[in-house]
Amino acid sequence: MAGHTETKHTLHGCSIHIMRGGSGAPLVYLHGSGGGGLWLPWMEDLARQFRVIVPEHPGFGRSDTPEWLDGIHDVALFYLEFLAAENLTGVHLVGGSLGGWIAAEIAMLDASRLKTLTLIGPAGIHVPGVRKPDLFLWSAEVLARRLFHDKAMGDEAAKRAVDPAGDDVRMKNIYTVARLAWHPRFYDPLLMKWLNRVKLPTLIVWGREDRVLPVALAQGFVERLPQAEIEIVPDCGHLPQLEKKDIFVERVRRFIAGSGR
Amino acid sequence: MKFFFFHLMPYAHLDPDYDKTYATDWLLYPNSNYDPLKGAELYNRYLDEIEYADTLGFDGVCVNEHHQTAYGLMPTPGVLAGALSRRTKTAKIAVLGRALPLLNNPLTVAEEYAILDNITRGRLIAGFVRGIGVEYHASGVNPTESHDRFHEAHDLILRAWIQPGPFPFEGKYYHFDYVNIWPRPYQQPHPPVWIPSQGSSETIRWASTKERRYVYLQTFSPVTALFRYMDMYREEARKSGYEASPDQLGWSITTYVAKTDEQALKEAKPHIEFFVNKFLRMPMEMLLPPGYLSLSSMKGVAAAKAGLGRQRTMDELIEQGQFICGSPETVRRRLGEYQDRAGFNLVLPNLHFGTLPGDLTRRNTELFAREVMPALRDRLPAGAREKARA
Repeated sequence: MAGHTETKHTLHGCSIHIMRGGSGAPLVYLHGSGGGGLWLPWMEDLARQFRVIVPEHPGFGRSDTPEWLDGIHDVALFYLEFLAAENLTGVHLVGGSLGGWIAAEIAMLDASRLKTLTLIGPAGIHVPGVRKPDLFLWSAEVLARRLFHDKAMGDEAAKRAVDPAGDDVRMKNIYTVARLAWHPRFYDPLLMKWLNRVKLPTLIVWGREDRVLPVALAQGFVERLPQAEIEIVPDCGHLPQLEKKDIFVERVRRFIAGSGR
Repeated sequence: MKFFFFHLMPYAHLDPDYDKTYATDWLLYPNSNYDPLKGAELYNRYLDEIEYADTLGFDGVCVNEHHQTAYGLMPTPGVLAGALSRRTKTAKIAVLGRALPLLNNPLTVAEEYAILDNITRGRLIAGFVRGIGVEYHASGVNPTESHDRFHEAHDLILRAWIQPGPFPFEGKYYHFDYVNIWPRPYQQPHPPVWIPSQGSSETIRWASTKERRYVYLQTFSPVTALFRYMDMYREEARKSGYEASPDQLGWSITTYVAKTDEQALKEAKPHIEFFVNKFLRMPMEMLLPPGYLSLSSMKGVAAAKAGLGRQRTMDELIEQGQFICGSPETVRRRLGEYQDRAGFNLVLPNLHFGTLPGDLTRRNTELFAREVMPALRDRLPAGAREKARA
């Protein structure tokens, strides 16, 4: 077991919570709408090969909610400052869902510290005619269940989602999600125009049965990132890194190895 | 007491079984269920009912604002107020909407209200609200910006009314190089401002301060909440360095009067229960989108609204003080009791509610005007009576 440590980092008046494990080339993971703060088995797997760094975004979990947090660009620019403050280069940037959106924004704004980009069921791009479900009309329980294709995993997640012990963090997280993604709903017109600036080796992973951000949205990324490899994971919902952990970890390793690391 | 006839203008032809298919008659209930022929009848009937209240001597009449729902057909209340402005003669017209955060240009409200105030020669009462949570789903406006947009839009409108233009306004959400509205309001420096709310402590604190002293209206809530929030308003006013007057406090209360208690209860029951169980039906995620309330308020309100989907009976509503129903004597007595405890001097009776038919609405309005209002007109809350004598 590589294990992990937890630290705080304060930048622009905002203290964020960070988990770190393993050694090697830096791999930064940006979590999704549900929040971060849990060191998960797939992180442990990747920490055998990489120096895995997992921050909680401003406005989520144990991180502060700064006054300046108005939109997705604030988060992306905050992370560019963070990468600089940590003096990270050659970063393998991985983001899931909302975190995939943030990762794409970072890469669009300034890819100079990045080596590869992995987007897992990312938000951020609207594809005309593709209707996204309205997460803000779902209860926490319904949302948790629909994250997964596997029924047992969904039931388990739904059970956790109604535990009152998690209420405070859940409310804080969903508040920030609304702050960032209410309108336009989970996308950024600027990213739609300029994502094609990104020339990094890119991997897009999407669960074929994703009920949160439908796989049809992948088209919007493929069009703008023609160099991207795309992996559609069968029998899998919104979180391949949890639902199909081994496939996900193996695919990321292969992608990074093939990108001339 | 002063009396303001309040109408919500519901789509009274809502299918009573709609809730077998739909969770709510807001936002997602298809508007193919709106029949324009029936709707046109309703609009004209409802406006007649409001105009009738003017002739019966109410101090004012009120319209309000909700969007994309059968619950109320007044998404742009200024249009209704405009229709009323020429037909009513003495009643004040209170627009108990304009959900300011939903607007991209709040100056349109400054202008609209100023026009109404001119046409009515100063009979306008200017309501400002944030809109309930579901309006943020309907409009796309970010609920986490609601409070800030409300405050900024309010500041802009008040300055547009008071400060000679043209001047620039520099805000975060609203930024204008030229603020110079024509017409200016008829009432100087500006029309009275009323703030209806379900009871947000942030709103009460803001409305009650010495420099604003805005009228606070408690809308549809149990009397325990009414008492708590009116106490809170007075307390905040004291903290701000003055004693709030009963004329700064109003209560919107659904009311039904008939000759006897028995008759009133019998006639009102299906319509008040339709109102609360059909029209008001809404899942929590619609009512309270994230950020609509501060994190600290959210927990308390979510707990208080936990029974939202539950069917409620008329008896419960009466017991909790959300409905006053009975003979003129009963209605007078209950209004007096609540006035003494809560300390309000403005009463906004909803004399139409739910599916209440036209004939009963008229009779209700007449009985209220003739048998309830005169006896209470000079009545003050207990504390204020003593002060008036001293």
